[in-house]
Amino acid sequence: MFRTVLVAACLGLGLTAVMAQPDPIAERRNTMKGVGGATRDGAAIAKGEVPFDAAKAQAIFKIYADAAAKMPTLYPETAKTGGETSASPKIWEDKANFDAAFARFGEEAKIGMAATDLAGFRSAFGAATKSCGTCHETYRVKR
Amino acid sequence: MRRLLITLAAFALVGLAGFWVLTDPRVVSPAPEIGTLPAADVENGRVLFAAGGCASCHATPGQDDRTRLGGGLALESPFGTFHAPNISPHTRDGIGNWGVKDFVDAMATGTSPSGQHYYPSFPYTSYRLMPPRALADLFAYIRTLPQVEGRAPGHDLRFPFNIRRVVGGWKLLFFDGTPFRPDPAKSAEWNRGAYLVNGPGHCAECHSTRNALGAIVQSTRFTGGPDPEGKGTVPNITQAENALGKWSKEEIAELLKTGFTPGFDSVGGSMAAVVRNTSQLPDADRLAMAEYLKSLQAVATPGAVKAP
Repeated sequence: MFRTVLVAACLGLGLTAVMAQPDPIAERRNTMKGVGGATRDGAAIAKGEVPFDAAKAQAIFKIYADAAAKMPTLYPETAKTGGETSASPKIWEDKANFDAAFARFGEEAKIGMAATDLAGFRSAFGAATKSCGTCHETYRVKR
Repeated sequence: MRRLLITLAAFALVGLAGFWVLTDPRVVSPAPEIGTLPAADVENGRVLFAAGGCASCHATPGQDDRTRLGGGLALESPFGTFHAPNISPHTRDGIGNWGVKDFVDAMATGTSPSGQHYYPSFPYTSYRLMPPRALADLFAYIRTLPQVEGRAPGHDLRFPFNIRRVVGGWKLLFFDGTPFRPDPAKSAEWNRGAYLVNGPGHCAECHSTRNALGAIVQSTRFTGGPDPEGKGTVPNITQAENALGKWSKEEIAELLKTGFTPGFDSVGGSMAAVVRNTSQLPDADRLAMAEYLKSLQAVATPGAVKAP
């Protein structure tokens, strides 16, 4: 009986450990969802549907900046496939340029965080969101 | 025995002659009015150049100027590798020596000025919907672009696809050379969209599956499917629920302008290049394309690839 409990406990522990293992594919997907949500808010401001608000603008670019810092760490060799990822193998063939693209995105986000008016926001938002397409073109497969 | 051999040889000759006649790239020029066309509208040519995505394949790779049409881009396919040719107005290496008729024949019938078939990797299967007048406008615009020196490498295809004459047989089977006919029961906007999507835009060339001979399977028109260029899936753009069924007309037009989906994902892969083209169109043209796409039947994606 004791042994059964012990084994069960060990199994449970092991299972928890497996579950707690960060899943980079899910993590990068969530991070990108966050970026998408911020872009939705940003687009509403850029189009004039929502009035410019410096705090809101900062929050948007903060999400970009955090994602730019975090994303390059979420592509270990072990997370090339699985989970219906649309990551292109080019990411790993060309890791230096891939990381550099996120570094540039981080810089663009910083410029945006400093924006104090709608014109400044629009120009920074335009530059940063242009990078979405450029990067997806190279590093994401069709889906 | 001897008589049998002669009979066989005769049959072979007749077969060969039949093949030769049937695959003849002779051009029945679709355009008797070419000589009577008014002065070309270069601005309309610029719009068609963007709608047609000419630069996506013909712009010299590795540089940002989309008007330098030196060619050279490699297109992988199950038949081998195609290389987009130089279509800049350079007289030796590009199409600087062409007349309007040469250009119309190339775009509408897939036949070169020297009377050879073009491979359908060049989507004349869609471009043929453009009337001679529109093609003349497009040609006039291309003639204003920089001359680029140098020829692209030749195609690198497997046997028997490396024999151009074979394309003549392909055309007999799969090529419909009729120009665009507006549907009078539909609005002017819908017709403009149908023309842009099916003609210059050549959307179905990617957003459909192809058969073993590389022809579009018409029942899968616009349903997308496995990407022939490699890994991944080309999205379904019919009105199926998980395709564009829940998108508004404005949302589709927005994607063609900025590359953003309603969920604010930014399209990638070769669609990014398509958006660089469609973003240059007038708003009314993007809305017309969306109007047409919203009228498509909902069809499920065939044989979607499972994640590896």
